[in-house]
Amino acid sequence: MAGAEVGPPPAPARTDLRTRCAVAAGRFAGWASRVTGRGAGTQVGGRIMLALAPGALGALAAGHRVVCVSATNGKTTTTRLLVEALRAGGHDAVWNTTGANMASGLAAALARPHTARLAVLEVDERWLARVLDPLRPALVVWGNLSRDQLDRFGEVHAIARTWRALAEAHPDLRVVANASDPHVAWAAEPAEVTWVDLGAAWRDDAATCPRCGSLLRWSEAGFACPGCRFATPPAVARLRGDELVVAGTPVRVPLRMGGAWNLRNAALALTAAHLHFGVDLAAAAAAVGTVEAVAGRFTTIPVGAGRTARVVLAKNPAGWTEVLHWLTTQPGPVVLAVNAHLADGRDTSWLWDVPYELLVGRDVAASGERALDVAVRLDYAGVDPLVERDPRRAAAVLAARTADQAVVTIVASYTQFTALTRSQW
Amino acid sequence: MTGAGASAVRVGLVYPELLGTYGDRGNAVVLVERCRRRGVAAELVVVPAGEALPAGLDVYVFGGGEDDPQEAAAAGLRQGRAALEQAVAHGAVVFAVCAGFQLCGTVYSTGDGRRVEGLGLLDATTEAGAPRCIGEVVSDTTDTLGVGLLTGFENHAGRTRLGRGTTPLGRVLVGAGNGVGGVDGAVRDRVVGTYLHGPVLPRNPALADRLLEWVIGPAARHAVADRWGAALHAERLREARLRGLRAWWRDRRLARG
Ligand SMILES: [Zn+2]
Repeated sequence: MAGAEVGPPPAPARTDLRTRCAVAAGRFAGWASRVTGRGAGTQVGGRIMLALAPGALGALAAGHRVVCVSATNGKTTTTRLLVEALRAGGHDAVWNTTGANMASGLAAALARPHTARLAVLEVDERWLARVLDPLRPALVVWGNLSRDQLDRFGEVHAIARTWRALAEAHPDLRVVANASDPHVAWAAEPAEVTWVDLGAAWRDDAATCPRCGSLLRWSEAGFACPGCRFATPPAVARLRGDELVVAGTPVRVPLRMGGAWNLRNAALALTAAHLHFGVDLAAAAAAVGTVEAVAGRFTTIPVGAGRTARVVLAKNPAGWTEVLHWLTTQPGPVVLAVNAHLADGRDTSWLWDVPYELLVGRDVAASGERALDVAVRLDYAGVDPLVERDPRRAAAVLAARTADQAVVTIVASYTQFTALTRSQW
Repeated sequence: MTGAGASAVRVGLVYPELLGTYGDRGNAVVLVERCRRRGVAAELVVVPAGEALPAGLDVYVFGGGEDDPQEAAAAGLRQGRAALEQAVAHGAVVFAVCAGFQLCGTVYSTGDGRRVEGLGLLDATTEAGAPRCIGEVVSDTTDTLGVGLLTGFENHAGRTRLGRGTTPLGRVLVGAGNGVGGVDGAVRDRVVGTYLHGPVLPRNPALADRLLEWVIGPAARHAVADRWGAALHAERLREARLRGLRAWWRDRRLARG
């Protein structure tokens, strides 16, 4: 089924007293956290709400048409682009602006004062199973699944299994899904799916068939399993380059943000907005084209001596690979800032899954707490890096070395990224 | 294969799509580069999944993998067993990490309890256990390969028991390794298995050079341009110390008498 529109907005629900008290307490805690400078306040506020009223998430979501967006990479951006696309169709939406995507962050987003009857929520891929029933989403958007912090989250197939169990338990669940990702295709199969063919970018985690374990075959048309005939499902929307065709209607995706991965995020958002909310495709495309930066991604920070650097987040091998390919089109020095805290993944092995050879011939710095791991990787890639643990200082040194005013790009792992950009959010 | 005048050293990266979850390609890259930087011709030979294992390689590098890919790799490798045994008989090196190490044993059990036949290059059997072993590892190879302390990262549920007379690669000072007997990995002639990734050879250049010594002889002892390798190795060991791993020190003191 290719996307009947999501039904009329439900009547506003009255939340019960317990939820209202919990929301008030949570808001107060969030405010206290913000004014005392301890954090953005989203997590702590939401956590208090859920502790006081465990049913708060369902109560807060009631009265909204909820869209959940989940993936290994791109969920924050896809969420933001979908919000813009929906706005172009006159649908105002509340969303988790800071990317807090576990139950507490979702509760906090829904508890913010708003009049929107639509909620677009980015959900951590491992939390989806726990929040699906309280949120009762009208639509779920599934982007991609790839390896991400194996020390913490386990293997890709395990997450695909939990998604598929959701689809099996809710066969009427409406899903906009990436047809080109074998794990996503297998997970979404039992649901009511609008398939989007995004072309395959990262295949390293999809060598074997998620259904039967045979070695998958890849061609221009996508993947096919010689064992059980599982293959790329026929899609109603197809992205090639920056052209998206949805149900026969072509549109150019005019993104201001760089990177082929953002075109894929946009294709999912546009397909969802057009086929499930009836937003005019051209108007939606124009709207996503106005977005410049999402939750600090691509923001510019001062690095001293009057110079600036732009900061790009890369969380896992698939993300890093995308960023490096994009950098081949962007001149200027590059700082690679890598930590190995829990949120980054404590294991740095993934450095060897990323083609840093693409940086040969450029001015590069190895930075972050794991600068030496990066330096060794770069050395074997044929790149002779500056080693400087502090990414701002590294960026300043490289900036001073460039004759022209070429912009310095800092590519950062998660905790490096948040430390560098937090003040910009 | 050994000595001057031989053709290029051929380092095989076996089934990277299936056995490459933990950056294991890095082990093969390091072996090739450390040859080249010493003026010894070397090439990386990728053996894609689904293809037969060639017999003529000098080194076979196996990496880690998830459950289903590991089983697919096992099926392919069993078909190439004759070629591999022939290569090993002629002095080829097999370096196997994590799932690859398990595959080199006689048998391993999957997470859901099925028994899968391995290659039998090492007298080792693996069962899945709990909890999963995740974290930094330090092991001491002084008494086995003589390359001192190894550092790496482990992430596996395997409990690997070595047969009588099978030598472990190292004595575990930090972490779990095989999860049995306080040791990590196994060595039989030129077949070396370990749970350490990171990947392990970039983090432990001495181990890389010991493996290469079996292929290119004394040339592997020549100094090599590796600007940061020794610093990384030292940093990882220091880190293990700083984390207050007293057991590590206690063991070292006991070991040194
Ligand atoms: Zn299949």
